[in-house]
Amino acid sequence: MGGVIVDADEGMATDTEVLVLGGGSTGCGIARDLARRGLEVTLVERGTLTDGTTGRMHGLLHSGGRYAVSDRASARECIEENEVLREIAGHCVEETGGLFVQRPEDPDDYFREKLEGCRECGIPARVLSGAEAREVEPHLAADVKRAIEVPDGAVDPFRLCVANAIDAETHGARIETHAEVVDLLRDGDDIYGVEVRHDSGPGKRTHATPGTTEEITADYVVNATGAWAGQIGAMAGIEVEVRPSKGVMTIMNVRQVDTVINRCRPKGDADIVVPHETTAILGTTDEEVSDPDDYPEAGWEVDQMIDTLSELVPILEEARTVRSFWGVRPLYEPPGTGTEDPTDITRDFFLLDHADRDGVSGMSSIVGGKFTTYRAMAEEISDHVCEKLGVTAACTTAEEPLPGSENIETLEAGMDDFGLRSPVARRSKQRLGSRARDVLETDEPNPVLCQCEGVTRAEIRDAVSQSGSDLNAVRIRTRASMGNCQGGFCCQNMANELHPEYDEETVREALDDLFQERWKGERHALWGEQLSQAMLNYALHATTMNRDRDPASADADTAAVDFAAFDGGRTEGDRVDSSRGVR
Amino acid sequence: MAIEDDVLVIGGGLAGTTAALAATERDGDVQVRLVSYKQSTLRHASGLIDVLGYTPAGDGPLVDPFDALEGLPDGHPYERVGSEAVRDALEFFDDIAGDAYDGAHTDANALVPTHGGTVKPTARYPVSTAAGLASDDRDALLVGFETLPDFEAPLAASHLEAAGVPFEACGVTVQFPGITRDDAKITRYAHLLDHDESVATTFGETTAREALAETVRPHLEGESRVGFPAILGDERADAVRADLADRLGVDVFEVPMGPPSLPGMRLEDLLYDALEERGVRVTTGVPVVDYETDAGETAPNGLERIDHVVVDRNGSEIPHRADQYVLATGGLVGKGVRSERERVFEPIFDCHVPHAADRYDWFVDDVFGDQPYARFGLPVDRDLRPLDASDEPEFSNLRSAGAVLGGYDFAAEKSGAGVSLATGYVAGRRAASEGER
Repeated sequence: MGGVIVDADEGMATDTEVLVLGGGSTGCGIARDLARRGLEVTLVERGTLTDGTTGRMHGLLHSGGRYAVSDRASARECIEENEVLREIAGHCVEETGGLFVQRPEDPDDYFREKLEGCRECGIPARVLSGAEAREVEPHLAADVKRAIEVPDGAVDPFRLCVANAIDAETHGARIETHAEVVDLLRDGDDIYGVEVRHDSGPGKRTHATPGTTEEITADYVVNATGAWAGQIGAMAGIEVEVRPSKGVMTIMNVRQVDTVINRCRPKGDADIVVPHETTAILGTTDEEVSDPDDYPEAGWEVDQMIDTLSELVPILEEARTVRSFWGVRPLYEPPGTGTEDPTDITRDFFLLDHADRDGVSGMSSIVGGKFTTYRAMAEEISDHVCEKLGVTAACTTAEEPLPGSENIETLEAGMDDFGLRSPVARRSKQRLGSRARDVLETDEPNPVLCQCEGVTRAEIRDAVSQSGSDLNAVRIRTRASMGNCQGGFCCQNMANELHPEYDEETVREALDDLFQERWKGERHALWGEQLSQAMLNYALHATTMNRDRDPASADADTAAVDFAAFDGGRTEGDRVDSSRGVR
Repeated sequence: MAIEDDVLVIGGGLAGTTAALAATERDGDVQVRLVSYKQSTLRHASGLIDVLGYTPAGDGPLVDPFDALEGLPDGHPYERVGSEAVRDALEFFDDIAGDAYDGAHTDANALVPTHGGTVKPTARYPVSTAAGLASDDRDALLVGFETLPDFEAPLAASHLEAAGVPFEACGVTVQFPGITRDDAKITRYAHLLDHDESVATTFGETTAREALAETVRPHLEGESRVGFPAILGDERADAVRADLADRLGVDVFEVPMGPPSLPGMRLEDLLYDALEERGVRVTTGVPVVDYETDAGETAPNGLERIDHVVVDRNGSEIPHRADQYVLATGGLVGKGVRSERERVFEPIFDCHVPHAADRYDWFVDDVFGDQPYARFGLPVDRDLRPLDASDEPEFSNLRSAGAVLGGYDFAAEKSGAGVSLATGYVAGRRAASEGER
């Protein structure tokens, strides 16, 4: 571990060769790539892995079809990486297929351009009549005109990102979550590391002493903080013109569709439905914000998702949503481009070498880009870092499967159900991929802890072993608490698994963090069934458990409960007490 | 042909059953019917009878709930019925519950350990919980089971100590003898003990109760009481507890649990037995889908009267006519109060439910903050008649009780069961006395 304060002079030992800032898909992808090339890598993330943009996307594995008209370079890159991810991350990808659906009022010209674009970019595309499209997806509106079928897919960004981090760790990387960068260490025109503060995010009580700071020095720093890249740059007086743009996503309680449904018309809000695990995710909007940590989340945005997408899938109008969340895209455009509308800003990524650009050596920033092509971005950036450090090792990330996706077909064939009911076993195996046997094979009782998502104790314990007492980190690894009840019934069970490894107070705070985090998204779904669910959750936690007025969590200045003043039972007067004296 | 009764209660939870029972109280000739649609929320509930644990401002835990009743704000259901009615209703409940519940010997609240390890104030508790009070100072051993993940006994014991309980608590997790499936339902545990089934253990074939006692015995270190999650039998819970206590030589108690909750189901059984005993006609699984007012006739005060309601019985619509009606369909959880993106409403009679126009004003950001949605429900007059937007009764012959009422946050106050009892009791009695005329 680091903590050694070193002088920045040339030739002095550093804590790590490469320091990656940001634990999203880009950062974890870079850490994996460089670690596999034999470099010493440390990654710091201010919250949980995926906390920023990665964990707040719609889960679409692009075929490239979305960019086939406006941005063909991106479209080509998407279809290439789409095919790579199906190979190396099969356990995180669901091959749902996708449709670009044209309604009667949508322009024919655009439909034709989309089809041509797909063909030009090497994206397999087939035209379906309205009737054929409704055979694929019966809930499509009766009047849809036709559709283009493309190989879109669904991807679990949480597990994919975590798998990259695990592989990086296996190859020697240090992954430090809940370590917020509070300063860039700069000596003249050279950046030589960062100062982080531990325990800056919620829930982390494992890696380092909360509140302490640590200086981590490195031969090279990679700023992969996406929408936050400007804030990091500013710490060293460097301007990074990232233009964060928010988008809303609304999660439905069931999969109304099993195929990715895109609206086939020029760019617009609320034009995609992505089936995701047990849910469907509606998206999205595109609106520039000034601060990626503080922007308005408004009810009308949720209404717009439901109302506009109901034109494609009418049952959405009456369906139950379980929560909504907003993500911030790390859009970037070179100085002087002057694009007004964020939807016009390119989705391409930019590698900013601050030595060339600002005359400050030791760091590059990555901005722009998109999830589907994270691996290719990571490869390009890793090549750049290797060049800087004089390393010649080649990239292996496009060929080597991620942990969980090794030999998945042969494993699935031979896998048993580990004593689990078959729907639970099936879902567990889908999540864990080739790790299923290691995780689920146990001689101990293995009850289901999260009924909505079919998550067993063994899977929760495996996640705890990776991520410590942060239950939100356990959540993203397992999907526990992400179903219909939004944790009302299972948060407590998840927290129980932390004990006795973690003490009672830590468990209590971890539970409070998770329960509050679940509420954050649920607030945007508070009507109908989900309001009823919210009241039930509130009643279970406040009435049945009295967690809202827990004397153990009372402020220090609140008087302790005078237990003796309360009813001690009908027989207290004539009881022969073996364990205690008089009151 | 219409079904005719004096009093029709809609809703089969604690408030509805109490209203129906109270309606039979004065005069056995009053014909009372109860219709309910869904399973009642009693099986979600812990079975504890809370009256008031905290003031609306959050002060507490209150030692004496009755003291605090006087200070409640206008419109709170307790303020509507008055504190005497709360006492009367509890007495009424005590009569019905008989030996099944404890706590009537004092006005003081008891503090009961919860399965999360905190403590909560309550006025009446199932007899199965009596030996487990946290306001009792005897040391306690808590026993959890590997296959029941919602109760982690060692954690609950540490939590109780962090809450400052006046005794030492210890927790242990063991295997429940005779349970072979990891996902066995809690009724399976109860059944094993109720019937004292034969089970195989490492020390040979024996009975479920003996095996459980032998599993626990080595963990006892001088504690005079042992607590289990609330799965100790269903129909023969008293015998199961007594048997275990006898074998272990200590008191045995249950820690109330979340859903599905056996103490809640036992309370439901007790109430439905009482309904049968008192001749209340009960129809379950039928929704009330519509109502008709008395077209020609309005009450002397100019209010509309409900002539009959329409009940859907397997697709055929059957009018149910009564002189007086009690609406006890529950709150947001029981679906007596419903909502859409733009509105909150009461689905049967469309009674007025006050709420902010913007749904983003229905909640606050702190999950345990002062939640407006938790107060959604009907405003009522002192006769428990739902009021319209101009504070006039919606109908002359409709009263409401329980969680369908607004103006209070039962979860924060720990007042859910008490409000259901008090308002059910008052609504039932008033309905019966008017129905007689």
